[in-house]
Amino acid sequence: MANYSTSEFKSGLKVMLDGDPCAIVENEYVKPGKGQAFSRVKLKNLKNGRTWERTFKSGEKLEGADVMDLEMEYLYSDGEFWHFMMTDGSFEQHPASEEAISENKNWLKEQQVYEVTLFNGAILSITPPNFIDLEVTETDPGLKGDTAQGGSKPAIMQTGAMVRVPLFIEIGELLRIDTRVGEYVSRAK
Amino acid sequence: MTWKPSVTIEALHARAALNRTVREFFIETNALEVELPILNSAPVADMNIEPIEVAASDIMPKLYLHTSPEYSMKRLLCAGSGDIYALGKVFRAGEAGGRHNPEFTMLEWYRLGMDHQTLMHEVADLLDELFADSEISLEDAPLFLTYQQAVEEYAGLDPLVASDDHIIKLGIELAGSDLELNRDGWLDMIMSHKVEKALPQNQLVFIYNYPASQAALAKLNNDENGQLIAERFEVYLNGMELANGYHELTDSDEQRQRFEKELVGTDRPIDEKLLIAMEKDEAGLPSCAGVAMGIDRVLMLQLGAKTIAEVMSFSLQQC
Repeated sequence: MANYSTSEFKSGLKVMLDGDPCAIVENEYVKPGKGQAFSRVKLKNLKNGRTWERTFKSGEKLEGADVMDLEMEYLYSDGEFWHFMMTDGSFEQHPASEEAISENKNWLKEQQVYEVTLFNGAILSITPPNFIDLEVTETDPGLKGDTAQGGSKPAIMQTGAMVRVPLFIEIGELLRIDTRVGEYVSRAK
Repeated sequence: MTWKPSVTIEALHARAALNRTVREFFIETNALEVELPILNSAPVADMNIEPIEVAASDIMPKLYLHTSPEYSMKRLLCAGSGDIYALGKVFRAGEAGGRHNPEFTMLEWYRLGMDHQTLMHEVADLLDELFADSEISLEDAPLFLTYQQAVEEYAGLDPLVASDDHIIKLGIELAGSDLELNRDGWLDMIMSHKVEKALPQNQLVFIYNYPASQAALAKLNNDENGQLIAERFEVYLNGMELANGYHELTDSDEQRQRFEKELVGTDRPIDEKLLIAMEKDEAGLPSCAGVAMGIDRVLMLQLGAKTIAEVMSFSLQQC
């Protein structure tokens, strides 16, 4: 991979820092009129999602990180790995480890397309779409006629996610869920 | 791509008004406006400042765009100009960011017979005028802190006596890793990452009497505690560095030694014309104090602008 100097650090650039791939969030040039120039950089560690602040001497270089964001369709899990397939017609498959899936395990629906981040050819992380349509597999019986009253009850979705839903929802209904907050949005149309 | 300026029409008016206030201030205080060459045969003798080079042609050797008009102005002082000021563009390669543009406007002036302490008060007078009717109201009188007091107060260590290890430890903590800087490099880190951020807001802060190792072109002297310091000051407002001034070094031999030490092993030529002018049996630099002020930053604060581009008609991205 190419090396990038601090003057090339732009938001979104992927670089290696302390052995981990990182995305640059912000780069502030700091220089006293007389004295050493610095780049004060905010980076997101793509492995664990944590944000770092680090300062570099102006002109210092970091190795680029071989990181790509691709769209892939989720196929199945064999218990150890979660398998995804490229949507570009190549049918190329990539396994994702439990670490890469992490808290997104409950948003994996077969044939759904996810944004997959590859690092050195292996899946580093996945991002579900903001909204996803899921079927209710378990919940208390719906209360007839109760469409206006407030109140909610827990429901288990087809992916295993537990979401609070309105009281009138029945098993087998397809619901639109916001994956960023894990909340019910509406019945899916 | 856009053809449009990065500046608002309001900021164009503010700049024109500022130029007029500056010129009126110096007419009233009897300083002569001078123009200096932007093209210079010798570059700045400070390796932390990168000049822009202009390729040689049939009629001229390789030249450098000035990074400040300091050396030319000092030659005018040696020639007997008396108090002078210059308002114009200067150029620094590689300086680009929210508060930096490779081409920017500098106001520089020199006062015969003044030292850095007296000049600090004149800088405060001018800034008071420039910030009247602006987004910032300077209600408190300026704060004057020695470099030692400022670093002790806001970073918790004594920059003149602390061990290298102590300074490096704090520097690494602030940087997040060991940048392998020298003592002054780490002190710059502590100033920019810790002290500047903690300075009081909406009040001019003058930091003066720098470590002797950061003298640049300032006289060295002993402070009241007998510690060797550089008679240099910086002005900050809301954590932004606005100006840098010196009680000017007039000794040509010491000036030559400092230039040679800074430039040893580099390909930057020394400004021999300045050094000769400063020699006593030639002309000599009269005792004086001088200061350079970043005018675009004054405008940024006047207008509450977030980036320097907002006060420049066409910044680096749009020029």
